[in-house]
This record gives sequence, C-alpha cells and structure tokens, in this order.
Amino acid sequence: MGEPLLEIRNLESFYGPIMAIRGVSLTVEPGQIVTVLGANGAGKSTLLRTISGLMDPEKGEIHFAGRPIHGQEPHKVVEAGIVHVPEGREVFPLLTVDENLTLGAYTRRDRTEIARDREKVFDYFPILAERRHQEAGTLSGGQQQMLAIGRGLMLRPRIMLLDEPSLGLSPLLVQEIFAILRRLNADEGVTMVLVEQNARVALDLAHAGYVMEIGRVVMNGSADRLKNSEDIQAFYLGQQEVGQRGEKRWKRKKTWR
Amino acid sequence: MDQLQLLVSGLANGCVYGLIALGFVLIYKATEAVNFAQGDFMMLGAFVALGLTNAEYMALPFWLAAPLSILVMAVLGYLLDLLVLRRLFGQSQIAVVILTIALGFVIRFVAGAIWGHEPQTLQSPLSQGDISLGGVVLSVVDLAVIVVTVLLTITLYQFFQRTRLGLAMQAASQNQMAAYVMGIPVKRVQGLIWGISGATAAVAGILFASKGAMDPNAGLLGIKAFAAAVIGGFGSLPGALVGGLIVGVIEPFAARYLAAGYSQIAPYALLLAVLVFRPHGLISQTRMKKV
Ligand SMILES: Nc1ncnc2c1ncn2[C@@H]1O[C@H](COP(=O)(O)OP(=O)(O)O)[C@@H](O)[C@H]1O
Ligand SMILES: [Mg+2]
Repeated sequence: MGEPLLEIRNLESFYGPIMAIRGVSLTVEPGQIVTVLGANGAGKSTLLRTISGLMDPEKGEIHFAGRPIHGQEPHKVVEAGIVHVPEGREVFPLLTVDENLTLGAYTRRDRTEIARDREKVFDYFPILAERRHQEAGTLSGGQQQMLAIGRGLMLRPRIMLLDEPSLGLSPLLVQEIFAILRRLNADEGVTMVLVEQNARVALDLAHAGYVMEIGRVVMNGSADRLKNSEDIQAFYLGQQEVGQRGEKRWKRKKTWR
Repeated sequence: MDQLQLLVSGLANGCVYGLIALGFVLIYKATEAVNFAQGDFMMLGAFVALGLTNAEYMALPFWLAAPLSILVMAVLGYLLDLLVLRRLFGQSQIAVVILTIALGFVIRFVAGAIWGHEPQTLQSPLSQGDISLGGVVLSVVDLAVIVVTVLLTITLYQFFQRTRLGLAMQAASQNQMAAYVMGIPVKRVQGLIWGISGATAAVAGILFASKGAMDPNAGLLGIKAFAAAVIGGFGSLPGALVGGLIVGVIEPFAARYLAAGYSQIAPYALLLAVLVFRPHGLISQTRMKKV
C-alpha cells in the first residue's frame, strides 16, 4: 500500500475543558475515500477542524505526506494541499459564484491552470456555470453545497475533508452530489475524508471507514466489512429486524462497548 | 442659490463624516467590533499632517506631508491590531470596544501634549478662498473635499472588487471560518483592514483640518459619524458614505430652517427614526443564510 497520505495518531482536542476528541488514530492512503461515521456530537467535525488547523490538538500527531502538520496555522495547512469543506455550506454569501471559486484558488498563482480548473468545476457542476454571476447567498441549499465543494476543488487539493455534504439535502440531491464525488475520486484521483451521519450513502462510496462515538474510534475497517457488520446495520443503516418477541434489534447491547 | 451653497458645504461636511463612518464599518465588518477611537484617529491624522507641514513645526511641503501622514496612520492602525487587539483574541467584543474608547482618551491626551489645546489650522493648499459660478459663491475647500472623497471612494471600491487582497478582505468579513479554510491569512488581513481604516481616517482628518481650525477634541465628531454609519446600515460601505452625506446635509438646513435648540439634534432624530423604521439602516447588506 505504500506510505499513507494522511496519518493521525492519538489525537486529543478540547473546547475549553470539554474533551471532544479522545485519542483518535486514522490512516488515509492516497486515492482512497475514507468515511468517518458517527452520531451527532461524536466529534467528527472537531476531527476535521483539528486536521485543517482551525483547532490545535492538545496531544497527538497529524502527518501529511510524511510531514507533521499539527498545530500549524490553517493557511499553512491549505498550502500543503489539504482543503476542508466545513459542514453547513460555508460560502461567501455576498460574493458571486465566480468570486467564491476565485477564492478557492487563493493560495495558487498559476493563472492558466486556475482557469482550466474553473472550467473543470463547471464541467462537474454545470449549474454553477449557469449561476456564475449570482450572489452565493441566493443559491439553493444544494447549489451552495456544490459551490462549497467546487470551491474546494479550485485549490487542486491533495486531500479533501468533507463534512456532512448530505446534510439537509433531498435524497435525490444527495445521490447527485455523491455520484460527482465518486467521479472526482475515480477520474481525478482526489483523496477524500468524508464525514457523514448518512452511513448508507457514505459506505457505498467509501473504500474504508471509521465509526466514532463520544470522541473515540470504536470500529474501523473496509467499507464492505463495515456494511456487513451487524452493529452498523442495526445502528446506522436502520435495518431494524423485528425479533421474535417483537423487540427491535437496536435494543440489543452494542458489542463494541 | 443660497440653498446650493448650503448643500455644497453640507456635502463637504458629510464627506468627512462619511469617511469616518467608512472606518467604523470597515472595522466592524472585518472584526465585528466597533472602533470608538475612529474619530480620534481622524483628529490624530490631521495633527500628524499639521505637525509635518505647518511652518511653525516641520514645514515639509504639503504634498509630501499628506501622504506621509496617511502612511503613518496606516502603520499605526496595523500595529494597533498586531500588538494590542490580537492579544484580546477570544475576549468578548465588549473588551475591544472598551479598549478603543480608552484609546480615544489616550490619543486626545497625547495630541494635546504634543500640539497643545489651542485651535490650529492646517496650512493646506486646498483651503484657497472661493470661486463664483454664475452668481453662486462656493468655497474651494468644500469642492476639494468632495472631489477627494469621490476619488478615495472609487479607489477603495476598485481595490475591494478587483484585487485578490480586496476580495480576500471581503471574504474574511463575510465568513471568517470559510476564509480560514481557503488559506486566507485572516489575522493578517484584519490587520491590513485596520491599516486601511487608519489611512482613511488620516484623509478625513486632512480634509477636516483644511476646512477650518481644530483642536484635540475634534475627534468627538466621531459620534456624528457613528450615527451616520448606523443610518447607512452598519454593514455597508456605500451606506456609510450615504449616511455621512445625509447627516452632513441635514445639519446646515436644520440650522437654517429650524429653531436653535432643534437643529443640533436633527441628525440624532433621524438616527432614531431610521432605527425605528429601518433597523438595518437605509442600505442594508444583511441577508439570511439559506438553510
Ligand atoms: N464550539 C464548540 N464549543 C464547545 N463545545 C463544542 C463546540 N463544538 C462542538 N462541541 C462539542 O464537542 C463535541 C463534538 O462535537 P462535533 O465535533 O461537532 O461533533 P459531530 O460533528 O460529530 O456532530 C460535542 O460534544 C459538542 O457538544
Ligand atoms: Mg459535525
């Protein structure tokens, strides 16, 4: 498998006295899509914030392409080739779609290549080309999510950290966006860390996955293995088989505790 | 024709208010704090220019002193952010506000200690008598103030719309977190905005001091500029200028047509009316985020 692109060891992050990440280790190989699953408040977003430098870890290490990046300023992390697409479609609302995309390439200077990448983004998200002179704040939720992803691509990242891109979108839109993510990974070789609560679509897309609970990784493995795990099926994929006495499976004790 | 003269002098005053209001809004948009020392920045910029160019002080040529004082104020604004405000990072915005109020006192004190408390006039080539246009007599300085303000506004507009740094500044003020993850060095950008607001204050000060005598308390007209900023809609740069112009124009007309006691409160009466009927200001830029 060679050297991992992203390697996280025993990471701990705090909000004041609150310990949100409690010793997480995670590895991403180049070209992989790795999903991080978990319920609300599990610490998924905090993990991404710590990788992208929005937060400094208290303990632990983050290595990217062999270099330590923990505790660095966010713009240094971006310059290394890591782009974070935060949850909740964080666009620049009063700037146009075009200007938002321009800012995605803020750290780059290669004008002709930037123009080429803008065309590529428009290729993947034709609606953005249609709306390129419109203020981002006036786009629909799904279009804003596409813009956030497209803007991230403008960096030509070596790895993309996606935080719940499916949140609040209709199933149809989720399918559309995930199909594009699949193409980006297959055709452009974009490596991704995909944080999701929607385990079904995430495991369909990802190569490997981690399950987080209250700041810890409680399970990890290949996507197929996770898909077939009874716990995942019971707690995340919603296949609640009705037992003999009519109790739902999810009342069963979780095996990883 | 009388009205035209009132209008022009009102617009000229309004330009000064508008430029100070612009400083308020720049800082507010970038950092969500209000710099209550903005009026005192204006006063300090004026005194720095005066100290550089007036015959009794350093007697430098005006066209050298003016850009120098603008540069000095820009550097001061940047350093204030770098050395003081960044240490307050994580504190509430109230801490920043109180700090800037205290800073205003300090600036007034320092200016008084250096340049004295007597009113002084900037020896400026802008303040050169009157011109008459078809029977209307207009003061050259008022016209100069208006022209300079228009030019500065266009320059700032072009800067924010057309340059990479200007766009990054807009981005950082619209969504700080997204700006961080795009690799924009947000803290440095905020420092530069403090620099721009210092430079704008210096221009306002030079224009103000060209119009007449001033003393270290001149910065207190920052309160009127603050009202102007609120009237214009606190988050909008064009709004700040428009608000400044409105306040500037209302004053001379109110003084002419209203009874003495009422004319002074006219700008604040307008402020109250705007707050009641259009709480986001005349030109509001706030828009709800789509869910
Ligand atoms: N800004 C914050 N301040 C304090 N606590 C926070 C903050 N953001 C998240 N937390 C806490 O950290 C924990 C992990 O949150 P988060 O990483 O957002 O979880 P997830 O993304 O998996 O839903 C939660 O207990 C949450 O309450
Ligand atoms: Mg989250």
